[in-house]
Formats: sequence, structure tokens, C-alpha cells
Amino acid sequence: MLDTEIRKKLSAIVGEKYLLDTPNELYAYSYDATPIHQAMPDAVAMPGSVEEVSAVLRLANVHGIPIIPRGSGTNLAGGTIPVEGGIVMNMNRFNRIYEIDKQNLTATLGPGVVTADLHQAVEAEGLFYPPDPGSMRISTVGGNMAQCAGGMRGLKYGVTKDYILGLEYVLPSGEVLRCGGKNMKDVAGYDMTRLMVGSEGTLGVITEITVKLLPLPETKRTLVAYYTNLVDAAKTVETVIASKIIPATIEFLDQSTMKVVDDFAKLGLPLEMKSMLLIEQDGPEELVVRDMERIAEIARQQGAAEVKLAQTAEEGAKLLAARRSALAALSRLRPTTILEDATVPRSRLAEMVEEVERIAEKYQVQICTFGHAGDGNLHPTCMTDERDKEEIHRVEQAFEEIFHAAIRLGGTITGEHGVGMAKRNYLDLKVGAGGIELMKRIKAAFDPNNIMNPGKMFASSGRRRVVVKR
Amino acid sequence: MSKTTSQELLSKFNMDEIMNCMHCGFCLPACPTYRETGLESHSPRGRIALMKGVATSQLSVDPEFEKNMYACLGCRACETACPAGVPYGSLVETAREVVEDNKKSEATPPFLRQLVFDKVFPYPERMQALGTALWAAQSAGLQTMANKTGLINILPRELAEMQQAVDKIASPRERKQREKVMKAEGKAALKIGMFTGCIMDVMFFETNQATARLLTKAGCEVVFVENQVCCGALHAHAGEKEGAVELAKRNMEAFERAGVDFVVNNAGGCGAALKEYHHWFHDDPEWKERAMAFVSKVRDANELLAELPPLTFSKPLNVRVTYQDSCHLAHGQGVRNQPRQLLRSIPGVELIEMTGADSCCGSAGIYNITNFDMSMQILDGKMEHVKETKARVIVTSNPGCLLQMKKGIMRAGLEGQMEAVHIMDLLARAL
Repeated sequence: MLDTEIRKKLSAIVGEKYLLDTPNELYAYSYDATPIHQAMPDAVAMPGSVEEVSAVLRLANVHGIPIIPRGSGTNLAGGTIPVEGGIVMNMNRFNRIYEIDKQNLTATLGPGVVTADLHQAVEAEGLFYPPDPGSMRISTVGGNMAQCAGGMRGLKYGVTKDYILGLEYVLPSGEVLRCGGKNMKDVAGYDMTRLMVGSEGTLGVITEITVKLLPLPETKRTLVAYYTNLVDAAKTVETVIASKIIPATIEFLDQSTMKVVDDFAKLGLPLEMKSMLLIEQDGPEELVVRDMERIAEIARQQGAAEVKLAQTAEEGAKLLAARRSALAALSRLRPTTILEDATVPRSRLAEMVEEVERIAEKYQVQICTFGHAGDGNLHPTCMTDERDKEEIHRVEQAFEEIFHAAIRLGGTITGEHGVGMAKRNYLDLKVGAGGIELMKRIKAAFDPNNIMNPGKMFASSGRRRVVVKR
Repeated sequence: MSKTTSQELLSKFNMDEIMNCMHCGFCLPACPTYRETGLESHSPRGRIALMKGVATSQLSVDPEFEKNMYACLGCRACETACPAGVPYGSLVETAREVVEDNKKSEATPPFLRQLVFDKVFPYPERMQALGTALWAAQSAGLQTMANKTGLINILPRELAEMQQAVDKIASPRERKQREKVMKAEGKAALKIGMFTGCIMDVMFFETNQATARLLTKAGCEVVFVENQVCCGALHAHAGEKEGAVELAKRNMEAFERAGVDFVVNNAGGCGAALKEYHHWFHDDPEWKERAMAFVSKVRDANELLAELPPLTFSKPLNVRVTYQDSCHLAHGQGVRNQPRQLLRSIPGVELIEMTGADSCCGSAGIYNITNFDMSMQILDGKMEHVKETKARVIVTSNPGCLLQMKKGIMRAGLEGQMEAVHIMDLLARAL
């Protein structure tokens, strides 16, 4: 609970309507899409302007109250769990697109705009914002930016960081700053924009975002290839890219994932197959047709049992939508679903898939794998039951070994979900003790009182709150 | 009686289903109350989390929890959006049951609630009497008088607002004169038991007649099965499970005696409940089996008409229409294409899809009376989408939606330019 005086001040800043602190309301912000982690905030504030954000931050900074910026709460690394209590700052009132600039090909918007709404708005103008994380119909651009979300078009178009040009952000001191802008070239000082992207709410609160747009590709085609084993699918990915074709999307699903996805989306997938690839190319008609023919040929040469081109745009869209539902559909199998995002250079994909299978076998846990094969970004997903402590322990051991395997193959512990709470104990594997030290010093420069999303990114800061027990 | 203990709560909630919600948030954009408020507690994910909180004694069954459980429309659009297949509708019914049981253990239920659920809905003759009273009031011009004199103010505002949308009700004589069996045109291929519905049969008597007429045209013999009662949906949605179960048993007995091929209804909300009877008898194998047999025969009128030989129409309607899905028909029963297909088969009808046709209109059973303000907020948003279609007719498949859309037309100031019609009435107009 907040101190009565502080509560009064907070209410005066955001208005009583936008300050939530009843038991039900607090409970509803004690979780995000991450399994198992849960902790109660002391209050939820929903500011409506940058001035309000600034005033809330000043108040919190003086009193050392944690601030947890939040969009739609779809992140998978525990990034928005109020693990040390404090004020959840829900940014969903910043949900307006201020401008779509057709001369400069940019859009300027509030961080609370839902990603798919941005897609719709710019596509109506013949423009294109490529980042498309699995949760794009729910997640906000602010949340995507804070986690540097990826998505299915990463192979050809990159990820969120490649599209953020400028920001307005507020420091814990309440100071409002701007970085970047509409310039395609800008080397004035350190690149603060890049630093803020993926900072997981640990440095400041974003209040405005300027994104880069592209012309909307003329057309797109989708193809599926089915395999009787895993390795041929991985070989297809490597060969396509080695042939200098960069498809917009190459998604991989293993047999168990295919089964649950088919059960949800009723696609009629051949469930006797061991794996499938979903490949999409976009661009000018002739180029897309030519690429798709070559990709189909490569898939057949690499041992695909069947290659099918989607006949219509709707059919293609349906296949991709089904892939997006993979994570949630997998949760039908067991009560708890833990999804990770270990990533390797794409040439090591086949080895990584085999490693995951071996590790699942070793610890006797059920792991399905799907993911962005073109990016080497896999989503080994473990179906378990958080009520079974012994099994959860084996799951933790398995994931630890998966992280080590990814690093050994030249990869990383997290490709697109972020560190948050889920991987804070493994960050040193990737960046080393020196890297962590430097990052902590950067954070201290922004946030000397450590109020911004404490307990995330770095291994425990000591002041750990009891996680809500079931 | 003491308050419900945590052990009792745990056993009431289906913890496996609650745990199956992985809080991914896919339901958020599908939820009308979340879209209106932006509050996690007004989302399906939030409500399931609150249920988990209650089931594990981290939260108590208090007025705040009650308010949150009843703020849900029960439209089940989240079930369509949920890739994990969480049966949200039945979870929220259990939560409301827990709320009601908890209240019963400490105080007498509010008079109006008790009156409606215990004294009116279970008794067809009382529903008929209520209908007669409404008819009398309308005929005597009391409605106008009440509106003019401000007499209407003695009714709670919510009831008063909604009753403005009620059409002229059939006279008791018309209702009594109904033939019990309507013969098929040509040779009868199927014997249909009409599930008349309690509200439908009083307030929308003509729609039931139209439905029966359409079925006879399509080669069915239609029986208005005697001794049928309210389907129990409103009871179940409001946490009155015991009452719902009793009604279900009486309906099954009545239709078993009638020996029909199909049990046909024209109210999406009732239909969804009738198709779920087997879930209401988990601890009673004998009744569960009877319920499964009954459920296998239940069809929405749209569903059955779309399968039967096409209807022959003689009057082109020459009108642009838009279709508002009934939530419990679309999300509850998965019937989406059939009504659209039937509408397109009427000569001269141009069907224009509105944005968010399968998103709740805010009617939601008695929600527009219990949560009037939120309901109207949702309705006003819906009317904006209706206007975009420039349709002259809003077609629906459920009495609650029909009343709500009539109300929406009034609120949008479109009376005289637009009408709301039940799909069966529109089809019958073209015969």
C-alpha cells in the first residue's frame, strides 16, 4: 500500500479515476504473459500526458518508489511484473497516432498504440511498418520498443530497433528529453535512441515514438513445405539463404506444434509429417513469383515430402495467423507453458534443434519447438505444470542447458523477448561480468535511485519481494 | 451458515481450466468491456486471474469481485479468440455461482432478483401473465401516458429506458389461438419441436410464428411442444445453477415426450444454453445421458433452414441490410455463415458487413438493465459501425440483441430511417 500522503499526491496528478489500488485492480496487474512469476504492485497509475508522467516520476524518485512501465502486458520474460512492488505505470492512454508523414516516410505516435492498429493505419496509406511480433494484435508499440520485439518478418526487414528513429522520454528526475527524430542520418552524440530501445523500462519512460516506414510491398505469396525429419527443413533454410534469396519470413514448426496449431485453426495439416516450413516472400509480382519457384525447387531438392503454394492471399494469411497462435495453442497440452527464445546464427540452426531434442530427453521434459528459422531464432516451448515443483526444477535445468548450448553455438540467451526476470541470472553468459558492470553504470547514470523497473535485467538487487504464492 | 471456505471454493472452480489460461492476452482486443475501459480487470484474462485469486484465497468474494464478475457481458467473443481453448463462459458462470452462494449464506436476496428468477421465469403462465399485463398497458396507451406524465420515473431508470424499445405485444387472444401443430407444405420430411423461449414467446410471438411458417415451407411439421419452460440461460449466467438445472430437466422431459427429430429455436442465447445442457449434469450420469441425446437434436433455425432445400421467395425486398451476430450464436454455437447465406438468398437483399459484426452489442441478457451505462457506451460504438454500412435494416438472431438494436436506433436518432428486424421475420416477409 502507498503511504496516504503519497497516494493523495498521486491522485492529484493523474486524477482519481486513473489511479487504481483496490485489491482486485492490483491483482489484475500482478502478472503479464510470463508463466509462474507474479507479484503485487502498490498502485496502478494511468497517466494521460507527458506532464503527468513527469510529475509521477518526480514523486516516485523522491520517495524511492519503483515504477514499472506497462503496455498491454504480453511480454514473456517477466518484464512488467512488479517484483519489488511500486507503481505500475500503464501507458495505454497514449494510444494516438499523431502523424503519418508521407514525405519523410515516418509515423509519430504515442507508446500505447497497439502494433496492429499502426499496421492498419499506415497500410491504408500504402506504407509499411514491418515489425510484427506474435502478439501484435494486443501488444503496444511502446512495449515492443522497450523489449525490442522481433517477429516473423525479421529475416528480411529486421526488428523493432531498425525502425525506431526518434523518441521523447522522461527520466526518473522528471526531466523530459528527446533523441533522434525524422533524420535518416544523425550522428549527433551517443545514439540514445538505440540505447532506449530494448532497455526494458529500466532507464526511463517513453512518451512518444517516431518510427520509420517503408512503401507497402506490392504483393506477397506464401508457401508451405512438409518434411519427414527436422534436419532437411533446417538444410532448406540454409540453402535458400546461401542462394542469395532473402524471404520475408521463414517459420519452422515441429510435429507437436503442428498438431496443436491444426487443432485450433483447422488447417488440415498432414500431421504424420515431422516438421514444416512456412515461407513468405513479398515485393514486386515478377520477383515474388520467381523467388517462390526457386524456393520450392530448393525445398524439394533438400528432401521436402510436399511443397504447396497458398492459392490466395487469404490462405497465406490464415497459415501465418495459425503460426502466431502456436504458443497459446501449445498451452492446451498442459497447464503451464514456458517459452524461450534462444537464438543462434542461422547456419547452426540444425545443430540447435538437435540440442533441444537431446536436452528434453535428458531431463525428461516435454519441449516443442517452433520459431523464426530464417533468423536462427527458435522458441523451444516447454509444457509443464507449475504446481509440480519437482518437474519445474527439471524444466529449469533443461532451459539452463539450452542457454549454454546456444552460447556455445555462437548464439544468445534471448533473441527477442528480453531478459526481464526470466533470464536475469543468465545475462553474464552472453555479456560477461564486465558487460554487466558497464550496463549497471549506464543505468545508474539514468536512474541513480534505482526506481525504474527494479529487479529486471540484472540478477537480484537484494530487495526482493515475496512472489505471490499459490 | 458460515461463509464459503477456501476448500469449498477450490472445489467449485475448475482449476485445470483456470490454469489453462496462460494469460497471453489474445482475448484482450476481442473483449468489448476491455476495449471500452482499457482496464485489465475488465478483460477475460483479468477476470480469470481474479477467479484464480479467489480460488486460492488471495482475494475474497466481496462486492468488488462481484462487480467485476458481473461487468462481463458473457458474450464469449474471448472464446473464439482464445487459442488455448479456455471455456471462459462456464468459468464466469461458476464465479457468479460462487458470488451468489456466498450472498445467500449471509442475507436475503434482493427482492427484484428473487422475483424474476424464482417467481417468474420458471413459470410459463406467469411469463404469459406478464406479457398480458404489458399488452394491456400498451393497448390502453399507458406507455405513452407513463412516458408523458413521468410515471415512468417510478420504474428504475434502466428498466424504463429499455422498455421504450419494446414493440407492441401480441394480444392474449392471438397467443391462445395458436395451432399446436403446423402441417408441412407437401410431404413432411422432418418433425420439428419448436422451442418457443420464454421471452421470445411473449415479446416476439410473431417471430415464433414466422419461424414455424418458414419451417413448414421447407417441408417440416412444426409442433409447439407443451409444458416447455425457460431454457435456464439467464439463471445460469446469473449464478443460479440449481434453478437452471431444474428448468433443463423439465424441458428435456417435454421434448422427449413429443418425440421430435429436431429441437429448433430462434434465440442465439437460448440455443447456446440448450446445446450445453450436458455440461450441467456432471454429477448425474443418467441425466447427463439424456442431456446428450437432447443436445444432439438442438438446432438454431438458421442452422436448420440452411441445410434444408432452399426456400422459394415471392416478394423481392429491395433493401440494404447489415447483420449483427448474436454472440451466443456466433461465439457460443459457431453459427456465422448460415444466417448470412439465408439473407443473401432473399431476392433484392444486399448484405453489407459492418466492422465488428461479431462483437457484442451490449445487450447480453439482462446486462443492459444491470450495467446500463456500459451497455449504452458499447451500443453507441456499435451504432457508428452500423451507420457506416448505410443499411436500412439491422438483422439479428436473438431477442435481446433485437431489443438492443431497436434502442440503438432510437439513441442514434434514426427512427423512421432504419429498423431492427429478427432474421426469421425478414425471411417471412419475402415469402
